Amino acid sequence: MTLSAKGLSWSAGGTTILSDVSLDVRPGEFLGIIGPNGSGKTSLMALMAGIRRPQAGVVTLDGRPLSAHGRQAIARRIAFVEQQAETTERITARQAVELGRTPHLGALTPWSRTDDAIVDRALEEVDMARFSGRLWHTLSGGERQRLHIARALAQQAPILLLDEPTNHLDIGHQISLLQLVREQDLTVVAALHDLNHAAMFCDRIAVMQGGRIVALGTPAKVLEPQRLADVFGVTVDVERDSTGGCFIRYRRPEPRPAKLKLVAEA
Amino acid sequence: MTADRPILLRTGAAFAALVLLVAALGMGAAVGETAIPLDVVAKTVANRLWQAGHAIEPIDEGIIWNYRLSRAMVAACCGSALALCGVILQSLLRNALADPYILGISAGASTGAVAVAILGIGAGILTLPIGAFLGALVAFGLVSALAVRAGRGTGAIILAGVAGSQLFNALTSFIVTKAANAEQARGIMFWLLGNLSGVRWPDVWLALPVALLGLVVCLWHARALDAFTFGTESAASLGIPVRRVYVVLIAVSALMTAVMVSIVGSIGFVGLVIPHAARMVVGVRHGLLLPASALIGAVFMIAADVLSRVIIPGQVLPIGVITALFGAPAFALILSQRRSAL
Repeated sequence: MTLSAKGLSWSAGGTTILSDVSLDVRPGEFLGIIGPNGSGKTSLMALMAGIRRPQAGVVTLDGRPLSAHGRQAIARRIAFVEQQAETTERITARQAVELGRTPHLGALTPWSRTDDAIVDRALEEVDMARFSGRLWHTLSGGERQRLHIARALAQQAPILLLDEPTNHLDIGHQISLLQLVREQDLTVVAALHDLNHAAMFCDRIAVMQGGRIVALGTPAKVLEPQRLADVFGVTVDVERDSTGGCFIRYRRPEPRPAKLKLVAEA
Repeated sequence: MTADRPILLRTGAAFAALVLLVAALGMGAAVGETAIPLDVVAKTVANRLWQAGHAIEPIDEGIIWNYRLSRAMVAACCGSALALCGVILQSLLRNALADPYILGISAGASTGAVAVAILGIGAGILTLPIGAFLGALVAFGLVSALAVRAGRGTGAIILAGVAGSQLFNALTSFIVTKAANAEQARGIMFWLLGNLSGVRWPDVWLALPVALLGLVVCLWHARALDAFTFGTESAASLGIPVRRVYVVLIAVSALMTAVMVSIVGSIGFVGLVIPHAARMVVGVRHGLLLPASALIGAVFMIAADVLSRVIIPGQVLPIGVITALFGAPAFALILSQRRSAL
């Protein structure tokens, strides 16, 4: 079960968003994708999930292009959690998670006890079982996000693609959610914002900048002060521990000389 | 959704629905300028279907069979078809205010039908329903193109629909004024407001198969429609072939709208209001919402037709007037409750 991208390009409205991106996802790994806003993380996720078709290049699943797999067959293998999918329907928390069973049900397949059990477990795993009867619009952003994750878990696909899954979550839920995903026997690709989370949970990290992957490797290799300065424009110290883990400390930027000069002139 | 339990429940509900529908049809046949007892209605049906040989007044039998029952049948088909269209469009476009009338699909169908009937476009090969179908498709195409150009917001399609219906209504009026004689014009204007007076059995044999086909196609796609809850990308990631589902369901709703418009004229608000009423009763799941909407639509339309015949003694009100009198306030209610949906 492998997912890989070769030479992907994507542009919208005359702006190039991805150019020539190649990425092999290893079975069972937790691959993090980091990069500043607009670096192409979301577009890459959408192309890898097969939601959009690349304008150039190809995404393959088990060696065959995604376009050669049926839509339903893809959904049984790849679950995708987008950023901020919303609804105005009066749907309950549980019903939102039940949607995850869609790829496993034909038009005439009845809903079964197994489906119920899978949905129950998914709700428990994201700590939302007690909210199952609540209506969607009464839930907070974080609760909704956890339900989206539960829906993806209920999909029981071996590959999980998450686009900034920890948005809207408090720090406790951010870490427990990444831990939960990490503990699953799944291949995970997640676009992440928090570099320390990426360092803590990822087996490998891909760094994106301007629509390209500029670095790919273990957190300890990829998260270097110079690279983070180049890509994110931040000054950091990276502390490494004996087990190969690393922590990032951000330094407060020096006051900008240009601004000082302006003030002085005034 | 829980497993197992519903088998009995569902059979019961389906039976109750059938009883309700038959009762409504019976009422539709019994109530009118001359009230005819329900047992006479039952006997007429028995005579006609199974040659039961009950002795009843031939006039009563004639009124029931030739006028009222065919009329009630078409009203039922029309009500369910429009309600189903509303459910489909509201789900696919993710807009609580979508329905064939508001999106201009009915207006396009009217224009198509009028073009065939008065201008003779298609030289006799195109029938009224086919003209209406083409008109409906053109209208929907135009409205969606306009909505896409206007931006991705869910409100855009409604505004585009307003523009579309105005355009097609103007075209219809133009054609009628330019090409129809006075008598044709009067007939068409009456038909445009929704009118079941001219309906006979041949109309039933057109409306019924289309409504049933629509119901089956919709039910087949019930899970797909559920999957659109969080938008098209989410539906795609749940394994729904989004484009195919769109094409099939839009074509089916254009077909249903067109056939119903070609028989009874364009009737507003049924497609908009009935799905919301059904949601209050059975919830948002399409497996239940679709049949419930079809049933409520059918019963509502039969009742509206009865009302249109008896509300002013000696006169028949266009049925569109009745549905609008109920529908417009309901529309206002939905609008004020679901401000966020626009």
